[in-house]
Amino acid sequence: MSAPAVTLPAARLTGLFPFLNRYPLVAIAGIVLSAIMLAAVLAPFMFTRDPTAIMPLQRLKPASELSWLGTDHLGRDVWSRLVYGARVSVLVGLSVAALSIGLGLVIGLVAGYIRWLDAIVMRVMDGLMAIPGILLAIALVSVSGASLMTVIIAIMVPEIPRVVRLVRSVVLTVREEPYVEAAVSVGTKLPLILIRHILPNCIPPLIVQATYVCASAMLTEAILSFLGAGTPPSIPSWGNMVAEGRLLFQIAPWNLLWPGVALAVTILSVNVLGDGLRDRLDPKLAKRM
Amino acid sequence: MSISRRDLMAGAAALTGGLVGGLARPDLALAQAAPKGTLRVIPHAALTILDPVATTGYIVRNHGYLVYDTLFAQDENLAVKPQMASGVEVSADKLTYRITLRDGLIWHDDTAVTADDCASSLIRWGKVDGMGRRLFTYVESVTSDGPKVIVMKLKTPYGLVMESIGKLSTNVPFMMPKRLADKPTTERLSADEQIGSGPFRFVKGDFRPGARVVYERNGKYVPRTEPASNAAGGKVVHLERVEWVNFPDPNTALNALVSGEVDYYEQIPADLLPIVSRAPGVKVQNFNPLGNIGMARFNNISGPTANPAIRRAIAKAINQSELLKVAIGNPDFYKTCYSVYPCGTTFDNTAGSELMAKSSLDEARAMLKAAGYNGEKIVLLATTDIPVQSAMAQYTADVLKRIGMNVDAQAMDWATVLQRRTSRNPTDQGGWSMFFTWWEGADVLDPVIQFALSGLGTEGAWVGWSTDPDMEKLRTQYAEAGSLADQKRIASAVQARQFEQNFQVYTGQFFVPTGFRDNVSGILNAPPFFWNIKKA
Amino acid sequence: MISLIATRILSAIPVMGVVALIVFFMLRLSGDPAAILAGDTASSEQVDRIRVSLGLTKPLYEQFFGWIVQLLRFDLGTSLFTGLPVTTLIAQRIEPTAMLALTTIIFSVLVAVPMGVLAAWKSGGWIDRLVMVVCVLGFSVPVFVMGYFLIFNFAITLRWFPVQGYTSPFTDFGRFLTQITLPTLTLSFIYIALIARITRASVIEVLGEDYIRTARAKGQIELKVLFRHALKNAAVPIVTVIGLGVALLIGGVVVTESVYNIPGLGRLVVDAITRRDYPIIQGLILFFALIYVVLNLIIDIVYTLVDPRIRY
Repeated sequence: MSAPAVTLPAARLTGLFPFLNRYPLVAIAGIVLSAIMLAAVLAPFMFTRDPTAIMPLQRLKPASELSWLGTDHLGRDVWSRLVYGARVSVLVGLSVAALSIGLGLVIGLVAGYIRWLDAIVMRVMDGLMAIPGILLAIALVSVSGASLMTVIIAIMVPEIPRVVRLVRSVVLTVREEPYVEAAVSVGTKLPLILIRHILPNCIPPLIVQATYVCASAMLTEAILSFLGAGTPPSIPSWGNMVAEGRLLFQIAPWNLLWPGVALAVTILSVNVLGDGLRDRLDPKLAKRM
Repeated sequence: MSISRRDLMAGAAALTGGLVGGLARPDLALAQAAPKGTLRVIPHAALTILDPVATTGYIVRNHGYLVYDTLFAQDENLAVKPQMASGVEVSADKLTYRITLRDGLIWHDDTAVTADDCASSLIRWGKVDGMGRRLFTYVESVTSDGPKVIVMKLKTPYGLVMESIGKLSTNVPFMMPKRLADKPTTERLSADEQIGSGPFRFVKGDFRPGARVVYERNGKYVPRTEPASNAAGGKVVHLERVEWVNFPDPNTALNALVSGEVDYYEQIPADLLPIVSRAPGVKVQNFNPLGNIGMARFNNISGPTANPAIRRAIAKAINQSELLKVAIGNPDFYKTCYSVYPCGTTFDNTAGSELMAKSSLDEARAMLKAAGYNGEKIVLLATTDIPVQSAMAQYTADVLKRIGMNVDAQAMDWATVLQRRTSRNPTDQGGWSMFFTWWEGADVLDPVIQFALSGLGTEGAWVGWSTDPDMEKLRTQYAEAGSLADQKRIASAVQARQFEQNFQVYTGQFFVPTGFRDNVSGILNAPPFFWNIKKA
Repeated sequence: MISLIATRILSAIPVMGVVALIVFFMLRLSGDPAAILAGDTASSEQVDRIRVSLGLTKPLYEQFFGWIVQLLRFDLGTSLFTGLPVTTLIAQRIEPTAMLALTTIIFSVLVAVPMGVLAAWKSGGWIDRLVMVVCVLGFSVPVFVMGYFLIFNFAITLRWFPVQGYTSPFTDFGRFLTQITLPTLTLSFIYIALIARITRASVIEVLGEDYIRTARAKGQIELKVLFRHALKNAAVPIVTVIGLGVALLIGGVVVTESVYNIPGLGRLVVDAITRRDYPIIQGLILFFALIYVVLNLIIDIVYTLVDPRIRY
């Protein structure tokens, strides 16, 4: 008796190219995302200047040879900020996804398996879910001060309950499976059961969930900046650029346009990739979604 | 159950029809202007605290001027003139002031204004306002002599009695009934307690904190006969109703002015003016000739900025014209001002001003080194939710990094700045080094009214706790000076002292344009008062 | 049925307790409004005195239990700034928010459900792809970017709609409609994406079931099959997602109210957060949580009516 539904990475890779052939959109999304990540990593070499350098005489200039995409209200170069901003958005997206999935996984596994804990944990999760995520995030940032770290935590906290619920539902289905019961009956220790038998079943839906969390985290970062509770203005993030640019969008539309487009394209790509992954990794969920 | 679902669907269909119908009938969508006699106003901030004496804040002051009245008031030339008072008699020894109330003054609850009410009001204000606290160190008692006469007795003569109780700006000594004036200053007047004797009444039922405040004409108000001039003169009301509507977003606010949905937009961000200049029917004008004075306030008692030489180096590094360019943008609406008093006013002078007038990063670096700066952390409280302050903070952080300082610009909303700045801890334990703000010109006109110049340290100076007994001696001399020439001389000395000590850096003078529809006339060169305004 | 409702209501109590606990202690992590109340020229001592007068220096547990006792009397406290009761403030502001939420839900369901059904019906075809593109776009464009786009085009350039504001439908229905249209469209985008997606998926799943094949074999016309059988059986997930989406909707309302200057609850709570007006923040978050819990409770009960297979 072995754990089903876990294919080895090698097997997955061989199927990758036909898969991409069938889903050209996913391929495009993948390319776009790779390009954005590459730009983020290589930001200093992307013909950029210091994205925080303030140049009073250059403020609100439209696109020119000096500044490809124009300058903002402090005379900072929009192109440079856009490229460096990719770092922040990608960082926020990835770390929120990783942290919320990680924490949610641990909480969900434990809650799903230890019955007396389950009731308590799920009430807390229900409580967290009942608070509108954006309000929870604004309040968290307001009380603990604006920094990249607090923004990441503030966006992450409201995401956890959804992950916990997902993991728990998988655990509840799997724990009744004969091979798990067999493992229990031969006296396998609990952590081992969780890691060896239950965890693998959680991975595919979680990867899919991670892409959605990542996309929504980037969106939330922008909304927090819009509401004045985002990353500090000294950090060039797309959210900050959009939030600052909107004040002057009738005068200098490029300050809203470019980061807005970058944000939408990135999130779109992550979502498309997520849909593709779901079709690939989690056919059952794919059918239901 | 199926019936209820069908009902729901029908309702939904009706609504969609409406949505589409709206699309098809553009006439419906045309802007709805405020009715005749109603002035719809976008104020610069939301009014939430309703007590104009117990707290500061320009929005609360403006509210105060609608609902409450003052004994004396400053006219366009900043001379103190009687308003509720008919006059004042000063005894020969300058120790007794007898202020007589004019006839016909009644509170909004229809009771008569008495000298007793006014005495209590003065006492309450004297506990809170900086200039008031200073005045009351000279005051022995404030009492009434009959229903009409307020008697203020001093311990020793004081030169600024009239300037204090005729103060134009925050905190204004507004008059209120005794039962309200007896409230402790830690408690605030509520919406039920908005009883003044001013030219407008507060409409409690229409008060939506953060969204809308409504005032209606006080038909029983008897204005003075002189023409209106700043806060002095006759407060003749031509409007039936004034509605303050808050707009969280300046774009939406401006669009509402352009489309005629509002009549008056108190403070338009200067960068957005090109939109208004294209719009028909909208006029733009600056009604505050004194402008605002920007300030970067230091923590004078802890961290690296406790060292005056370091504060001086920072002042040298900040270039006003660059800072104003990023913070305000449109050069028509700012000017560099290297005096501690608003440029173009009585005490404007040049003592010590070369420090900032000739700003230089190289010199600043050398001064910093000479001051013994050794890479200690300097914490900026960088406001995020007020664009002008945010730009000031970001500019300063950039400049200080360039002269080699170890800058920690901590981003936070204004509410957090207000809290954090009360901390006297070292910078690594929640303390701070600099924050950014501005004052209206009227609040920094002279050495005494300008609270930021106080050298009383932790015993009564502004947060930042500037400590300098010599400065306090100068300010006392000013308060007791007998002639304008003496006052001017002392004001220059105060300025020279400030530019040695640098309690704060002055970051220039800027003006905020007001936008209004072209059928609105009679706006005074003053804070946003709403008497004298006509709407055709 | 009654015991079902009773158990569900009882189970909602600990959830609300958790919400109260989280909100209260999160807000006490740092900061209070004393400095703002005191004003610009206040000394540290004045700020401290105000803090004492507000009862903010009492031990935390004492403040918490005081608040809970107050809550049990259905009293949400009074605003530290205006002195008005929080319940009054909510009552003043609830109509615009409720109306916006209502128009958004109705509009979204009317657009999204047919979209989803059509996409499922012609699964794989161009309609399906178009619907999916709209869905992904809906999840990808920030609400306020959408809002500014609509304002710029339809209110400023074409002047079809007013830029901002809210009028009660009970005073002027026509004006209400013109003012609520753009905010509704703005807010609906993400909601349409959510509902269309779930509808499509549920209908596709139902279409694979035996009884649909039977109906088709019996020669019943396709569309009739779709709407009578498929949609009816797909109703459960659709209703669920509408309920869960309420949290999402409240988040969107906060932003939309700012963009269109609608004086609703969203702005009330954001303003209160920036001023640290604790009673308003606590009261409103509890209120939102209550709506969420009650709505989902109603949906649970509706399930058993819509789908006889579900029993608790």
